[in-house]
Amino acid sequence: MIAQLSAFGAGLLFGIGLWLSGMANPRKVLDFLDVAGDWDPSLLLVMGGAVAVTLVLFRPLLRLKKIELRKEIDAPLLAGAAIFGIGWGIGGYCPGPALTALSNLSAEALVFVAAMVVGGLFARIWPSDFSARHAGSLAQR
Amino acid sequence: MHNFTPVASLLGGVLIGLASVWLLAANGRIAGVSGILHGLIWPMSASPPGDRLWRAFFIGGLVVAGFAWHAFSGAAPSREGFGLGWAAAAGLLVGFGTRVGGGCTSGHGVCGLGRLSLRSLVAVAIFMATGVVTAVVVRHVIGVAS
Repeated sequence: MIAQLSAFGAGLLFGIGLWLSGMANPRKVLDFLDVAGDWDPSLLLVMGGAVAVTLVLFRPLLRLKKIELRKEIDAPLLAGAAIFGIGWGIGGYCPGPALTALSNLSAEALVFVAAMVVGGLFARIWPSDFSARHAGSLAQR
Repeated sequence: MHNFTPVASLLGGVLIGLASVWLLAANGRIAGVSGILHGLIWPMSASPPGDRLWRAFFIGGLVVAGFAWHAFSGAAPSREGFGLGWAAAAGLLVGFGTRVGGGCTSGHGVCGLGRLSLRSLVAVAIFMATGVVTAVVVRHVIGVAS
């Protein structure tokens, strides 16, 4: 039960960070990605603030817990990241902000999350070695 | 740049980083939201039932954070003129792409860059690039009020 409460607390803090930073607002995210419009550089500071913390603490913790993560740069990584970016650029939602935006009770957030789940399941049944080969390790992330 | 919110965005980013460190330190898990969600949903997941539970609690925390935020600072602004068809297409691409690419803004971005992973740096560079091109095209060429 401690582990579950801890995970809940981490999710809560993560979500508050998303709202405070503005990342939970898809229009603000798109104001960052749309460099041809009235550009809003705020998201650089969101990523900067988050990575400043993980940069200091992640490597010691990963060593301590003996967690090995994937290193390879392969076709699925490149293709998947490119496709994810296209979806992000259309809607302004990545997975974390989309989930916390469910609290808006808006059709937009509900439809996005439902489609995101379907897209994730589809990646697993995709008839190539894309997903099957990496099925085990993908669950890490 | 009239919407620039440097202080709130930096502080919010620090909270996101701290939450990721918390999940790694206390649960031994990487705070990659796309993977946490997928491990909860994927019906053929071979992992033990307890593995689903922590995922459900993390995502529950994310959603509750939204309700708590609205309680203090009011409802989020709604987006006029952005059709549900676009939302569905965006969701499909994000769900598919993050699973094939093994991570999203949190897993590859916050956690991957923090551990100085070249794999994650490449992923971030690519999804930033396609994200920028797509946002510009969707807004200025297609003319969607996204």
